[in-house]
Amino acid sequence: MNTVTRKGIILEINGPIVTIQLPGVHNGEQVRIGSLGLYGEVIALEGDSAIVQIYESTEMVRPGEPVEGLGHPLSVELGPGLIGGIFDGVQRPLEEMFLKAGDQIPRGLSPAPLDREKLWHFVPTENLEPNMPIIGGARLGTVQETETVEHRILVPPDIEGELIELAPEGDYNLEETIGQVRDRHGHVHHLKLHHRWPVRKPRPYQSRDNGIEPLITGQRILDTFFPLLKGSKCAVPGPFGAGKTVVQHQVARWANADIVIYVGCGERGNELVDVLDSFPKLKDPYTGRPLMDRTLLIANTSNMPVVAREASIYVGITLAEYYRDQGYDVVMLADSTSRWAEALREVSGRLGQMPVEEGYPAYLASRLAAFYERAGRVETMDNGKGSVTLIGAVSPPGGDFSEPVTSHTKEIIQTFWALSKELADARHYPAIDWVDSFSADVGTAAEWWHENIDRGWEKRRGQALAMLARDAELSRIVNLVGPEALSSAQRWVLEGAALIKDGVLQQSALDPVDTFSSPEKQFLLLDLILSVYDEGAALIELGVPVQELSEMPVLARLRRCKELYNSSQIDQLREFREEALQDFKAIHSEYAQRGEQTA
Amino acid sequence: MSAKEYRTASAARGGLLTVSNVPNIAFGDRVRIRDQKGNTRNGQVILSSNEEVLIQVFEGTEDLDMENTWVRFLDEPVEITLSPEILGRVFNGLGEPRDFRPPIVSNLRRSISAAAFNPAARTYPKEFIQTGVSTIDGLNSLVRGQKLPIFSASGLPHNRLAAQIVRQAKLPDDDSRFSVVFAAMGVSYADARFFQEEFASSGVLGNVVMFVNMADDPPVERLTLPRMALTAAEYLAFDLDRHVLVVMTDMTHYAEALREVATAKGDVPARKGYPGYLYSDLAEIYERSGRIKDRHGSITLVPVLSMPSDDITHPIPDLTGYITEGQIVLSRELHNQGIYPPVHISPSLSRLMKDGIGKDFTREDHPHVSNQLYALYARALETRNLASIIGADELSARDRRYLEFADAFESRFVQQGEDEDRSIEETLNLAWDLLSTFPPQALTRVTETEMAKYHRQSGE
Ligand SMILES: Nc1ncnc2c1ncn2[C@@H]1O[C@H](COP(=O)(O)OP(=O)(O)OP(=O)(O)O)[C@@H](O)[C@H]1O
Ligand SMILES: [Mg+2]
Repeated sequence: MNTVTRKGIILEINGPIVTIQLPGVHNGEQVRIGSLGLYGEVIALEGDSAIVQIYESTEMVRPGEPVEGLGHPLSVELGPGLIGGIFDGVQRPLEEMFLKAGDQIPRGLSPAPLDREKLWHFVPTENLEPNMPIIGGARLGTVQETETVEHRILVPPDIEGELIELAPEGDYNLEETIGQVRDRHGHVHHLKLHHRWPVRKPRPYQSRDNGIEPLITGQRILDTFFPLLKGSKCAVPGPFGAGKTVVQHQVARWANADIVIYVGCGERGNELVDVLDSFPKLKDPYTGRPLMDRTLLIANTSNMPVVAREASIYVGITLAEYYRDQGYDVVMLADSTSRWAEALREVSGRLGQMPVEEGYPAYLASRLAAFYERAGRVETMDNGKGSVTLIGAVSPPGGDFSEPVTSHTKEIIQTFWALSKELADARHYPAIDWVDSFSADVGTAAEWWHENIDRGWEKRRGQALAMLARDAELSRIVNLVGPEALSSAQRWVLEGAALIKDGVLQQSALDPVDTFSSPEKQFLLLDLILSVYDEGAALIELGVPVQELSEMPVLARLRRCKELYNSSQIDQLREFREEALQDFKAIHSEYAQRGEQTA
Repeated sequence: MSAKEYRTASAARGGLLTVSNVPNIAFGDRVRIRDQKGNTRNGQVILSSNEEVLIQVFEGTEDLDMENTWVRFLDEPVEITLSPEILGRVFNGLGEPRDFRPPIVSNLRRSISAAAFNPAARTYPKEFIQTGVSTIDGLNSLVRGQKLPIFSASGLPHNRLAAQIVRQAKLPDDDSRFSVVFAAMGVSYADARFFQEEFASSGVLGNVVMFVNMADDPPVERLTLPRMALTAAEYLAFDLDRHVLVVMTDMTHYAEALREVATAKGDVPARKGYPGYLYSDLAEIYERSGRIKDRHGSITLVPVLSMPSDDITHPIPDLTGYITEGQIVLSRELHNQGIYPPVHISPSLSRLMKDGIGKDFTREDHPHVSNQLYALYARALETRNLASIIGADELSARDRRYLEFADAFESRFVQQGEDEDRSIEETLNLAWDLLSTFPPQALTRVTETEMAKYHRQSGE
């Protein structure tokens, strides 16, 4: 990349938007401004001058101070050492900044994101020999990044040619050359364990592929009712306090992904601390390793400069694509995309662009779509498969889903986990509304469930949703004319729906057992509750009073099953099932006998 | 400091002053303005180029005469002077004394717009603060370093509740008292006096720093006031190792002042005329609370705001709720029934409660008891609603129990005296009194062990 720097001066400072004069500057180019060397990015050219958005506070910066053009666009460092780290919105390493500079983030400081000294044990790819042709994205070798993650060292996507040298197995730092490629112009590229990539440019792949299996999150309402495929796009809208962050943390904890990238975009500092504190102590349910070994954090908290917030989303998705290109299933969580949209609005407002709705610029919808489009399951350049699943929280003002960010996002995504204030107020968590939420991928997910868990999945799921819909309808009647208007069978539907809500849908993230539910346990619980409902419905046909059924002690236990049996106590759960159904059989035979006697 | 005064003011509108042809003025610089009467006004640069500098004037731009306006740029950001002597003092929004005592003398001056805390420098707040108020301690616990606002509305007793919290807040088994930073924006004389007398009568006055801007003081000063207060709080917490409780009232007046200035600047409005950056601006304030690694002190923030027209979806409470770690919501309905404190628990929330309560912190049953009360009360409110439609007589026996629970919960658990300081133990026992009106199988949020230990019927 071009490293020639050019000099200019500052003309005007308007908060984070600075006008500069810098001959030959490009749109999108990185600049450093002022005596502090604050980082920024050119977002518009106007005649002789350029408009720059600055990622840091511009307090006490003056017109006339120097400006330097860096000759390249905003880009990230990609290489081993990313996992387990926490970076700010422009990939500055926050742990290191803390050690170097103390409690507050100083201006103009920009340590390299990745450790330059650390040695990594590089193992070259077998059968890869000098003189072979090699393409961008090909795998040169691997290093073990964490106990969980094998980092695959790729040829940068924009380099292709003849491999003229490949380093032997051994320990290398990030700056050492581990391979050389001569391109068709004869230029020799020295490849290292890391390379850079501009964040606003999607990384290339061979082709797109359909999603084929669900992302298992261990959350019943998500996996069983509104499944999300690996490589799919999903939004989690909800008013404040409804549980968006908890949903995202739960997915980060328990999803069967290889890599998790969590972007705290304009949200609370303490929520990131929560992840930093708890993840190293939690075990990945699939590998048994500390969760931090597969997790990476990007933090632009709400009090950090707003322009870096806009960048943080792109930094996150570029890192996600990089691991996708290594053949991994990556989940990227963005909390919250609304804050990113607001950063766009802020900048466009300062530029005097025409607002179209609620102050947002006209390009909001297209920016959102282009961003979500970077999710997907692909065939990578070296013929592997990888995916990026994108889950964005949306924070609608006043909880109103008709506002611009929510409504545009809704048109783009495939899975929609809508959070409701009413449910959250009643402490029904996760407060995911089963009426407003949807998944366009139930069909594909069903194939997976039928093959791996149980053939009855789709039917049971449908039955439960139908019962919840019926419950809503009947509750409306009760609210108009009172419960007396309902038949016994109808009242049993209310009871059944309550059992589903308490025993299946509700799942406390704080309960040590219930926080994660394996697909097997999910199905067993659902099937058990529906079986109990079916048995009860049959008894009501026989004339058993609904009161008698509702007061059966087994129902209270049924509601607790989720917390009493963990995901490896499937056999015990099956035993309980037999006992529970036995209770119903007992009543059944009692009434059947009575029926015979009276007959 | 530059001695040079410029007389090139070219326009004044809505608190903003434009000065032409002054080179190399720093963005954010402090400004001193002398008007035609020789009075001094203060300001800050909010846009700077060599042709034109835009200044936000804290005292407003009323009757400025462009010909006779002299502007001096101080070449320093807005700062506050700090020393341990600030305790017991009263300042205005610019950090000047308003208690008729001399200014603070100290070499320590800090810019009030501090850089953001590095998330990697924070530690997670975990220590339970007992406020003695059951709806808070039992159901929406406050922890050291949390930001937990009170959402109120005109005529509701938010000030009395805030004062009660200040009076009673302590860590169980820990005698160290809080230092208090009190920030008042656009308050009435009656309210300001109420707090002053409160602090005096509870003997904490020497431990309080007050920043006061009255309803008839310049609104623009409200923009610097919370930042002054928080810079003082940071000093007390992280330089002097104190636990600081910051009470700010009324954030609605703050946001209105921000809107006023934004409108004058011509900023694009987002909702209800408030600028799009209201969220970030409020976050700059609220996120200054917390705990920092290897620092002894802490900043716990209790902002008070009134919801315009009692509307929780109004941008001010809405954006606040999106930033803070929960909210305590007061209800007019409960207040009209004579219930104090009128805390409406359904929309209230404490997000940091989970790590500060339970075994080793308060009591092992606390998390489940809280959940159970919430679930029962939600159902009870539905039942009450139903009863109002079909009549209480039509309810089943089971439903009637919920109805009775709602009444008992409000009159016994929510309601308490203004001087009643309940221990967490008392609060939880009271909760079990109420839970015990239900048979054990109706309580599925508490564990069977907890039930055996605390439920009155199973205990017997
Ligand atoms: N699944 C869950 N289990 C237990 N508690 C939950 C769950 N989901 C949410 N909560 C509770 O709700 C609180 C608020 O959730 P969360 O912080 O995720 O809200 P949010 O939608 O992200 O709000 P904001 O938009 O303000 O960030 C949590 O602190 C927790 O107490
Ligand atoms: Mg959140």
